[in-house]
Amino acid sequence: MKSQNKEILYGLYDDDEDLLKAVKAANKDHLEMYDVFTPFPVHGLDPLMGFSESRLHIAGFVFGAMGTLTAFLFMTWVFTRDWPIIFGGKPYWSVPAFIPITFELTVLFSGIGMVVSYYIVNGLGFGVENPTLDDRITDDKFCIAFQTNGYSDAEIENLSSFFAKTGASEVSSKVI
Amino acid sequence: MSAVVSPIREPLINGSKSYHDITEDICAPTEGTPNPAWVLCLAISFLGVALFGFCVFWTVYFGIGTWNLNRTINWSWDITNFVWWIGIGHAGTLISAILLLFRQKWRTGVNRAAEAMTIFAVICAGQFPLIHMGRIWLAFFIFPYPNTRGPLWVNFNSPLLWDVFAISTYFTISLLFWYTGLVPDLATLRDRSKGLRRKIYGFFSMGWTGSAKHWQRFESLSLILAGLATPLVLSVHTIVSFDFATSVIPGWHTTIFPPYFVAGAIFSGFAMVLTLMLIIRKVYKLQDYITLAHIESMNKVILLTGSIVGTAYLTELFISWYSGYIYEQFAFFNRALGPYWWSYFGMMSCNVLAPQIFWFKKWRRHIGMTFFMSIFINIGMWFERFVIIATTLARDYIPSSWSYYVPTWVEIGIFIGSMGLFFFLFLIFSRVAPVIAIAEVKSILKSSGDQYVGKNTVAHHHHEEEGAH
Repeated sequence: MKSQNKEILYGLYDDDEDLLKAVKAANKDHLEMYDVFTPFPVHGLDPLMGFSESRLHIAGFVFGAMGTLTAFLFMTWVFTRDWPIIFGGKPYWSVPAFIPITFELTVLFSGIGMVVSYYIVNGLGFGVENPTLDDRITDDKFCIAFQTNGYSDAEIENLSSFFAKTGASEVSSKVI
Repeated sequence: MSAVVSPIREPLINGSKSYHDITEDICAPTEGTPNPAWVLCLAISFLGVALFGFCVFWTVYFGIGTWNLNRTINWSWDITNFVWWIGIGHAGTLISAILLLFRQKWRTGVNRAAEAMTIFAVICAGQFPLIHMGRIWLAFFIFPYPNTRGPLWVNFNSPLLWDVFAISTYFTISLLFWYTGLVPDLATLRDRSKGLRRKIYGFFSMGWTGSAKHWQRFESLSLILAGLATPLVLSVHTIVSFDFATSVIPGWHTTIFPPYFVAGAIFSGFAMVLTLMLIIRKVYKLQDYITLAHIESMNKVILLTGSIVGTAYLTELFISWYSGYIYEQFAFFNRALGPYWWSYFGMMSCNVLAPQIFWFKKWRRHIGMTFFMSIFINIGMWFERFVIIATTLARDYIPSSWSYYVPTWVEIGIFIGSMGLFFFLFLIFSRVAPVIAIAEVKSILKSSGDQYVGKNTVAHHHHEEEGAH
């Protein structure tokens, strides 16, 4: 998608604890990481990466509220304006009977909205091909990647020594 | 990830697995040539699918008259099967959502297969309300859409319509939850494969890379979806029970129905999860991931929900006597001692008495007994729905319209066929996707692997403990 090719220098670690230590060390050395890739969610990584809390729950709330209003207002309109019918002597606007569908549509809108938002913000979807650095990242390797476009030899040397110091088992580079 | 784990906790992953071992073991069933047992099961279940298709065709072509429903007993096997399948479909979301909120780590070994089972069970369940309409080509009338008949809207006050919304929402949310969790594992399969296989898994894994930010959003999404799915799973069977409870039929018109149906659904769902998992762990050699600890935990849930259901049966009996309302009293007298006494007896013995054996730890951890009981409970829960539906209708207010019902071969064929459909879908799933959530199992390795906790702990753990003090 992005026109500029990224030159990536990355190191693979064998264990999640090594990875956490390395990320801490990178923060201490003020190295700017491009990204960290792991085979499973490593707990304790988010604060080290400086991530703010995901805002997906806000999307969930907004979509859910849309569902609530859609269901409730639509049923209200149908039974009080468009096609008022008396069922079993109950009032036209029989609110308790609207609750189940209102609840279901709240959950439905919220769930679909959140999942779609999740795929959009992550840039994921059926058929999307994102470049991957190493096939073993989805197996048992933990990867720290640096973008090295325009880096001097000294800076690259600095990163290599960082990988050596923090115990990376392999270091490679790739253009993605 | 040296999480604090109680030393008396049993390990949930045996065999001193490394992260790579987990990938290898769980991906193995999807790679290589299929297991002969799998091929045989697939062939048998395909016969079931064919039977299902044939009997549904017969029903649609000749009409509902090919069933033995009559004016008195106008719901029977169709709705019994519907409620039975929907009940089975409750365990998956319960395991993935409620146990996620409760932070139960044993969830990770069984959630993927249980969620898949949920989706396939809901697919089976959904067939019955559609075909019992008779004119299936008009089934879209159940949705409120602008039409040229008025517009004439559906009745939003009807529990049958609430069911439409509840079940379609439940199916959609379960599918989204399941697939979102599946994406990282499909990426694992993608990265292990070559050629066309890699292209196919590449398409379905949506370009997953394992980026830290993606994982953070993944966890956040899972948690909120679990929060939404928890009341949803409770609402679905509550609404199914409203189909009966909001009517004015003695024996149906009871306020105990929602909690009683929900407990029964969880009960039957766990039984079906156990049936499937006991086979899967054996056929796919996954005993290290679905351990006796998992089986014991599920048997505890079965014991709890079975006892809730038993309490509900007895409460119903007591209340019908205590109400002093003769029609209600007769409905329950008729259930236990009327023409369908055998189904009441089947329900009581399979659902209430039999699971009591799980008070004993020995039997909770006994694989043969667990398998036997899981089948028993599935039968018992089918009887429960039959008791509620057919027995109640068979004896209504006017003795002149009393009736008896036996199914025709078409109805039996549809039911057996729906099981074929269920197992067919499950077998296909277990061949193309990991039956255990790989990433989730990896994330609990260091807190639940047997090299870190339990009596086989290696020296590594000792070192960690020293660090903690």
